[in-house]
Amino acid sequence: MYIIVVGGGKVGYYLAKELVEEGHEVLVIEKDKLKADRIAEELGDISLWGDGCEASTMEMAGFGRAEMVIAVTGDDEDNLVACQVAKAKFNVPRAVARINNPKNEEIFKKLGIDTTVSATAAILAQIEQEIPTHPLIPLLRLKGGGLEIVEVKVPMNAAVVGRRIDDILLPPQSIVALVIDKEGEPRVPNTDTVMQGGDEVVAVTRTENEDALRSAFTSAAASGSKGPKDKKR
Amino acid sequence: MKVVIMGCGRVGAELASMLDREGQEVTILDLDPDAFRRLPAGFGGQRHVGNGIDQEVLSRIGVGEADAFVVVTQGDNRNVMAAQMAKHIFGVPRVVCRIYDPIREELYHKLGLETISPTKVGARLLKEALEREPVSRGSSD
Repeated sequence: MYIIVVGGGKVGYYLAKELVEEGHEVLVIEKDKLKADRIAEELGDISLWGDGCEASTMEMAGFGRAEMVIAVTGDDEDNLVACQVAKAKFNVPRAVARINNPKNEEIFKKLGIDTTVSATAAILAQIEQEIPTHPLIPLLRLKGGGLEIVEVKVPMNAAVVGRRIDDILLPPQSIVALVIDKEGEPRVPNTDTVMQGGDEVVAVTRTENEDALRSAFTSAAASGSKGPKDKKR
Repeated sequence: MKVVIMGCGRVGAELASMLDREGQEVTILDLDPDAFRRLPAGFGGQRHVGNGIDQEVLSRIGVGEADAFVVVTQGDNRNVMAAQMAKHIFGVPRVVCRIYDPIREELYHKLGLETISPTKVGARLLKEALEREPVSRGSSD
């Protein structure tokens, strides 16, 4: 597959390296001559010095026959324009944009760039995982439908500890897909799986039900909180 | 008419001051607070420092209520992104965007933006000036 990478910074460099190793035909377009030269020295003759948003450079780079364009510069506006021009002018079937400001994800979607990768959001999610006040981490948003995969850590004192999965009242359209115990052992849960404190639960849910799902698994086992969870749906 | 102008360079400042003199409600935005020195002393509009491709900034300075949005920063891509945000996210009725690169200008014009390429306009005006009175050094020989 012919893949064009716009931006030869750290992300572009390692991405290109990976793609070359996978056997793809790769071209990296980089504005900074030093960086473009370094890529050529280390990865072979796969870099082009130029502006990946400039139509003449894009023509020279062969956007017309590219099957995929991945824009990974540090500037969201450049990534947006590279992808939009690739799609609208060169009919590139797939365009992926890196997003630096997580707020821009929604904007890119509205402007026709469906596939975006937000490193900032990914890093934040990983850090949040370490913060006790954030027991639910969104892992992956599924295309369309408003569904996402999330991870919830079950506190030692949670009401669900000792309960069967089938007896836990989950919000609508939520499924527990995987339970990883304290020792790191993954289990595909069945209705009889019993929750333990310290379990990590990987679940599919609707974005708007995140909070309900989190409280289902993390609410403390106080005297008044056991009520609805004993009932089956 | 409420007009928001993004970019207080020479063109942005000149346009802001023209509209302000006409009595329009003008808001001008720039990343650099020093840029506002280009505005004339009696300028009556609002000045804001901020990044115009940040949705929160655009919302804070009232782009959602603007009748028109003009984007004239130095970066073509920045202009394109801000113009599309104003048009498609804030629903501004009139959005005009400067794009220096003629090819990108044509493309975004086709995609529905109101665009102006100073490169094309400038070259055309210069050519017209040259052709207005055809002269040649050699013609009198």
